[in-house]
Amino acid sequence: MAKNIWVFCEQRDGEIQNVALELLGVARELAEKTGEKVGAILLGHNIKGKAADLIAYGADEVHVVDDERLGMFVTEPYAQAVTQIAKEHTPSVILFGATSIGRDLAPRLSARLKTGLTADCTKLEMDEEGNLFMTRPAFGGNLFATIICPDHRPQMSTVRPGVMKKLDRDDFRKGEVVEENIAWDESKFSVTVLEEVAECQTCGQIENAKLLVSCGRGVKDVAPARELALKLGGSVASSRALVDAGVMDHGCQVGQTGKTVRPQAYLAFGISGAIQHLAGMEESEFIVAVNTDKNAPIFKVANLGIVADAAAVLKNLNKILQ
Amino acid sequence: MKIIVCIKQVPNTTEIKIDPITNTLKRDGVPSIINPDDKTAIEAALQLKEKYGATVTVITMGPTQAEKALREALAMGADEAFLLTDRAFAGSDTLATSTIIAAAIKKLGADIVFCGRQAIDGDTAQVGPQISEHLGIPQITYAAAIDYDAERGALIVKRQFEDRYQTLEVKGQCLITILSTLDKPRYMNVWDIVGQDEKEIGIITFNDIEVDPETIGLKGSPTKVKSTATKQFDKTIETLELDPETAAKTIVDALKSRHLI
Amino acid sequence: MADYKSILFEQMIKDFAENEVKPLAQEVDEQERFPAETVEKMAKLGLMGIIVPKQYGGAGGDYRMYISAVEEISKACGTTGVILSAHMSLCVAPILEYGTEEQRQKYLPDLASGRKIGAFGLTEPNAGTDAANQQTTAVEMEDHYLLNGSKIFITNAGYASTYIIIAITGKGPKGPEMSAFIVESAFEGFSVGKKEKKMGIRGSSTCELIFENVKVPKENLLGKRGDGFKIAMKTLDGGRIGIAAQALGIAEGALDATIAYVKSRKQFNRAISQFQNTQFVLADLATRIAAAKGLVYVAVDAKQNKLPTLSVNAAQAKLFAAETAMEVTTKCVQLHGGYGYTREYPVERMMRDAKITEIYEGTSEVQRMVISGALLRK
Repeated sequence: MAKNIWVFCEQRDGEIQNVALELLGVARELAEKTGEKVGAILLGHNIKGKAADLIAYGADEVHVVDDERLGMFVTEPYAQAVTQIAKEHTPSVILFGATSIGRDLAPRLSARLKTGLTADCTKLEMDEEGNLFMTRPAFGGNLFATIICPDHRPQMSTVRPGVMKKLDRDDFRKGEVVEENIAWDESKFSVTVLEEVAECQTCGQIENAKLLVSCGRGVKDVAPARELALKLGGSVASSRALVDAGVMDHGCQVGQTGKTVRPQAYLAFGISGAIQHLAGMEESEFIVAVNTDKNAPIFKVANLGIVADAAAVLKNLNKILQ
Repeated sequence: MKIIVCIKQVPNTTEIKIDPITNTLKRDGVPSIINPDDKTAIEAALQLKEKYGATVTVITMGPTQAEKALREALAMGADEAFLLTDRAFAGSDTLATSTIIAAAIKKLGADIVFCGRQAIDGDTAQVGPQISEHLGIPQITYAAAIDYDAERGALIVKRQFEDRYQTLEVKGQCLITILSTLDKPRYMNVWDIVGQDEKEIGIITFNDIEVDPETIGLKGSPTKVKSTATKQFDKTIETLELDPETAAKTIVDALKSRHLI
Repeated sequence: MADYKSILFEQMIKDFAENEVKPLAQEVDEQERFPAETVEKMAKLGLMGIIVPKQYGGAGGDYRMYISAVEEISKACGTTGVILSAHMSLCVAPILEYGTEEQRQKYLPDLASGRKIGAFGLTEPNAGTDAANQQTTAVEMEDHYLLNGSKIFITNAGYASTYIIIAITGKGPKGPEMSAFIVESAFEGFSVGKKEKKMGIRGSSTCELIFENVKVPKENLLGKRGDGFKIAMKTLDGGRIGIAAQALGIAEGALDATIAYVKSRKQFNRAISQFQNTQFVLADLATRIAAAKGLVYVAVDAKQNKLPTLSVNAAQAKLFAAETAMEVTTKCVQLHGGYGYTREYPVERMMRDAKITEIYEGTSEVQRMVISGALLRK
């Protein structure tokens, strides 16, 4: 009988990704409901040492595969490892970050394990019987659908980064670390990594920023926005318009096709607020919007909306904060 | 080289609006288009065809109206097109859909399968990887560039992550999901617009493929939609019309009062 | 079964006009620059040979597709519209209709693929509306015709390599005998003269052509000797449908731009679209446009089905569409107010572009002559 809530804990270059900790947080919440355990899957090379972090953030047991085949992410070795562990321990739920890794691996596994998968969830709830209710946006964020997977286990979902809350770190938490042995089928390893190159460092990790200065079509010159972000200790972000125009990097894009952020403050300059953009930032704690069009949809989500020229306001902000 | 491109006809979600009174989706009159990532997948296949020689087959699963999407692909330069349509396919979730499409690909035979990364109506990005698992072939998702090393008989793919990219090599059969940023899809051209008129769209139904009826359609779908809801906004506090200087002061005061600066 | 050919063609040409033609329209006008890069893109998509059968390298499409291409492209840019119209109606079409098999095989593949652009020369300083008053001569020699004279107001001149030229080849029973020739720009003695500075369609190249002892091989005689005037008039029947489509497109483009403008422009705290004056003007303009469109496609039918009413249908389409374009663009400028008079908005360009459609390939007065002539002949 399937039991326990598991999280695939994504790491990159040996660093546990924030989304993994967020998922442990929500898994903890779900597990309380049914009295199940929270399990973590940790795959990588020279990664064992990180298992303790996962326990500190809410895992009761960590299933580790520390193997050089798992150093860089490639679908097949990762899929083999998760499949074997999952088949042995039969978790009731496996959660993945909805990242370019989670969204590659999870559907492959769902087909291999012959179970359902719900993509890019923004809300998870559980009933006493252990049925997971997975809510996700559809139609460009215009519609929310709640999906269930009643007759198949594990119930699988990828969860949007930045949406769930991680727990406070607790180094006194107790948990078990289990090292798993995998019987590799290397004949299936037909994809070779020729190189792996880091990029997009310019904009900082906008998902982790406390404050974002975000620019849209109404801002022609982004230099004052960068200056303001620096002064406020935040990062710059962007709507799709400026990314398409080549002014901003794709890594800075907020919205349906970019990133989801929930900083403490989101300052939107010259962003009209297409529904796809709102989907990526409306959970921010405090939203300021500056736009010349008083009917712009961004004002519907703004806590403080100001009808004014974004460039002029940016200039004045930089002056005041000198 | 035989390339199969899997495409989906989707409503153009950028034109979907919410009725402000009933708070429901206004879908009437929203045009159907080839899903943008899928259109780039067609482009990627046509580029390989031009450079290295290949046949490009386009397939889609959907109602008979999806023929238009296939004909558009032919008008871009694809060689042949098949529509997977059957009452038995209706209600399929991503897993069941991928089971049907994989069975059709098996029947048609392919060296390379291209899909778009994800569809703008569902945004799941799941069907591609699931097809490749059913076919037992390797997958590469999030492809930002593709080339073919004819000498080695290998595809070289730039695989995009949020913070990095990998250059991957794959030999033999594989499935690749393609980002719309890979290239701008070409326009249809007049030769092929006229030419598609003389082509038949192949129809593939349940009886044409080898598939367990228990694994497709509503019955074969592990996931079910329990409920749907449209979005509500209730966070507006105030919208002020101010001159830039006062505006800047107001923003600074608001951030300060919330201890954000 | 759905007519996918038309549906897909319309989708493609709308996308193309919106994304490739429209962004350049203002620049092409300002700089009086021939949009060579756009023509190259059109060539790649097969637009320069829509009506040419596949055996001559064309796309094998129909006349309706060609006309809808001129219409959609002209919505975005009148200049680009007439480049296509002159190439197809005035050069490709007569070679297709009157050319020998050898001529078709020699000239059509390059024209259809857009490797070469086509043009047509009839008008002379003293032969405008009075087209029969030609001065250019082609004297028959042993193995060639010797061409001397000049043409003016030639659309695509300089960029075109293949020209249909009308010239006097002798004396006929009722006046000068005229013949049509296919003349290559590479022939010795062929040169392009002064370029006109125009009010509108400023990116289209309009120049003088000069022929100084140009030896035109005998096999380049188009049709029979003495058929020149007939070929010219029949060619212009087709050309007029192209210009009617151009005028229609300009009117539609101006209306589209104006609808967007009146919705966003506010006066007296209201969008000006909420004023009844605006609404009624728009209603009238849209109705005139619909009528013009009807006439254009009636003429297309006549052309596709080779109906005897073609001359009248084409003349009516061009007359009505051109006058519609002028009225629509003028009123659209008016609805824009002061902004409409500036180059910040496209409607002033469209108004300047519209004017030529009442003039070239037969003025509105000539169209009335054609129409009334047919009425009274009965």
